[in-house]
Amino acid sequence: MGRFILSRLLQAIPVLLVVITATFFLVRAAPGGPFSAEKIVPPEVVKALEARYKLDQPMWQQYFSYLNDLAHGEFGPSFRYPGRSVNELILGGLPTTAELAFYAMLVAIFIGACAGVMAALKPNTPQDYIPMSAAMLGICMPSFLMGPLLVLIFGVWLEWLPVSGWGDLPGDKILPAITLGTGYAAYIARLSRGGMLEVMSQDYIRTARAKGLPEWVVVLKHGLRGGLIPVVAFLGPAFAGLLSGSFVVETIFQIPGLGRFYVQAAFNRDYTMILGTTVFFAALIVLFNLLSDIIAVWINPKLRHQLREGR
Amino acid sequence: MKAPLKSTLIILLCSLLWACSGGESNVTIGNREGILHLGNGTDPQELDPHIVTGVPEHHILTALLEGLVLKDPGTLEPIPGVAERWDISDDGKHYRFYLRHDARWSNGDPVTANDFAWSWWRALQPALGNQYAYMLFAIKNAEAYYKGEVKDFERVGIKVIDDHTLEVALTNPTPYFLQLLDHYSFFPVHRATIEKFGKADERGSQWTRPGNFVGNGAYALTEWRLFKRVIVSKNPYYWDADKVTINAIHFHPTENVTTEERMFRSGQLHRTASIPIDKVATYRKQHPELLYTQAYLGNYFYRFNTKVPHLSDKRVRRALAMSIDSNAIVKQVTKGDELPAYTFTPPDTLGYTAEDGFHYDPEQARQLLAEAGYPGGKGFPVTELLYNTSEGHRKIAVAIQQMWYEQLGIKIVLNNQDWKVYLNSVENGDYAIARAGWIGDYVDPNTFLDMWVTDGGNNRTGWSNARYDELILKLAPEAADREERYRLMREAEALLLDDMPILPLYIYTSKSLVHPSLKGLQPNLLDYRLYKQLRLDASYSGEVIH
Repeated sequence: MGRFILSRLLQAIPVLLVVITATFFLVRAAPGGPFSAEKIVPPEVVKALEARYKLDQPMWQQYFSYLNDLAHGEFGPSFRYPGRSVNELILGGLPTTAELAFYAMLVAIFIGACAGVMAALKPNTPQDYIPMSAAMLGICMPSFLMGPLLVLIFGVWLEWLPVSGWGDLPGDKILPAITLGTGYAAYIARLSRGGMLEVMSQDYIRTARAKGLPEWVVVLKHGLRGGLIPVVAFLGPAFAGLLSGSFVVETIFQIPGLGRFYVQAAFNRDYTMILGTTVFFAALIVLFNLLSDIIAVWINPKLRHQLREGR
Repeated sequence: MKAPLKSTLIILLCSLLWACSGGESNVTIGNREGILHLGNGTDPQELDPHIVTGVPEHHILTALLEGLVLKDPGTLEPIPGVAERWDISDDGKHYRFYLRHDARWSNGDPVTANDFAWSWWRALQPALGNQYAYMLFAIKNAEAYYKGEVKDFERVGIKVIDDHTLEVALTNPTPYFLQLLDHYSFFPVHRATIEKFGKADERGSQWTRPGNFVGNGAYALTEWRLFKRVIVSKNPYYWDADKVTINAIHFHPTENVTTEERMFRSGQLHRTASIPIDKVATYRKQHPELLYTQAYLGNYFYRFNTKVPHLSDKRVRRALAMSIDSNAIVKQVTKGDELPAYTFTPPDTLGYTAEDGFHYDPEQARQLLAEAGYPGGKGFPVTELLYNTSEGHRKIAVAIQQMWYEQLGIKIVLNNQDWKVYLNSVENGDYAIARAGWIGDYVDPNTFLDMWVTDGGNNRTGWSNARYDELILKLAPEAADREERYRLMREAEALLLDDMPILPLYIYTSKSLVHPSLKGLQPNLLDYRLYKQLRLDASYSGEVIH
């Protein structure tokens, strides 16, 4: 197991290096510089700014000096926020985004698993079709539609929940979590339906029923455990996806998270910020994929065996 | 077992929703406790007056800092700020400011003439990357000092007579100099604080953080959380603190105008920074009392690239201009009470109004085009109209494309580019016709006219006229009085509009939503607010729309 983790970590290094290199040169190749504005910026100012952010050095020198900073855990200063480092901005937004992703995950698992299990219990009946159609709708419905729709119903018409913000008013975390979570709930519903269908046809379920156990015990205690294995494998990448994909939801609800940096930095040609967020998210995705692989190996005896054989 | 589970869930959900709906809105609490909630557009990038460039930062900084003069929000004429009075020499080149003795920083230190001299020295340090350093160039030798041609700051026209007297010498009589003093590039900063957190010309040191920031405005910085809010609270040391009735202001970043409008509707904001364009009509119909519209010191126009062969002919440019019905554009496309523009400088900019340089006349436009060799649009090359990606710009471009096709029979292709790419294209002259906008830096026609001089950084049309340069750069600055100066500027603007390297479309309006409990706002060209004049009426509750 240790060797498996180590080899996966070593594989991650070239992946990240490719991401860094490609991003570094791509952002600099894009037309328009970080300091261009509607009102012309005087050449003296451009010179001072370029010197301040080392943009006056040759490209290769900038590249290696960036790699050097990165090796020391420094993402560099943000161009757009003169008094802030990229590290500070990322660390400032991360807790909020992580909290949002966590709640969204809970929403996704709760709705998804309920719908999936319900559907699996009576396949090919309305109890299957209705939640699964809803799931399909959830996959198709983008969050920039879902968000305003929920806001309109629960925020504006019913006035039950705040329309924006994060941690300012009671209940303002509910709508963003639901908006972000439903897309993933739909995937989880389909995965858990598949998993449950397979499990519920197993012999040990028949045994449990034969013992005379009530149906809900059979489902919750014996069925669910095996039925949700595919879902567990999906959670790692899903969480990374939630973290890096929260941009739209953060914009709709004015949430001070990390997602918006990702997009706005690109519009602003904030080189260090683009690189910082890209590298950060790339590392996060690599890490969560690794974690979900580890969990998959850990809960699935078949894979564990294969790994040992491979050794 | 199933039934109790279900009912428990229902009870839980209901109690959750009940708990959520019980809260009072920002506006209700704010009116009771004297807290003003403002939507402030994009998140402020910095709070250092010598680094920032944007309008959101401007709205926060005018609460935190105060220059020598303020403006009367009704007339925009200068009124006393830190300086209680001033003398201007007869030649208009020497100003002497008498600073009030009770002006204090938010830590209790007195505000002195030295503070201003030092702050202006700092604003002129190239290493700081101050994009508005040029605002100080009206001062004698300031430009030369900034460019390193004069090394000794003593030679710059800023002289401290004593702690409360400051003398400023200008290169030319600059009638709008007092206007400039209320721009953040002229704001004082607290020297000891800045030097405590880094070098004077260090970009982005920690001095602007809450707890560190020392200002001299009506408010002091108490909280600054990125993407969340900036909070300023009443500064007890402010010289005019007795007049300040609002205890604190919360500036909310509202980048998404749709969300901002929803925040306003649910009572989270007293005033928005903007309003979604498609909501204007609804508000005008259902809640006109909430819609706040004022003319704005800026305009929307198109640049013609005069280096493009078929656009180098003045007759073609004039034909293009005269075939556009800008009245129809503001009525049917932008729908925001904008003013159709036939001059470049917005009318009545501190008493200056230029003569209309063209009018809507498709018949004459066709004739001009025919004279230029394109009768009925025949042989006119397919021309590209460039704009930066935005739904609003697209709508206008489509309308104009249609007008040109119908009136002149010429074909235009539309091209949209991402903001930075668009800037790059325009700067490099890589366009034929390009959308543009211009917001004045101060209330004076000069801020609209000095950009069109030959090779001016903001010209970008390739247009050049020797007489125009002479009028703007030499004759107008040396004019004896305002009347003479305006006459010279009108002559210059007439030249500009006759040659038409630009096509003015409309004058902006600034539009926002204002809660009826917010009193004391006065409409003006700059959306300038004097926070100490604002009041909150506690008798209003938050919800105004149900």
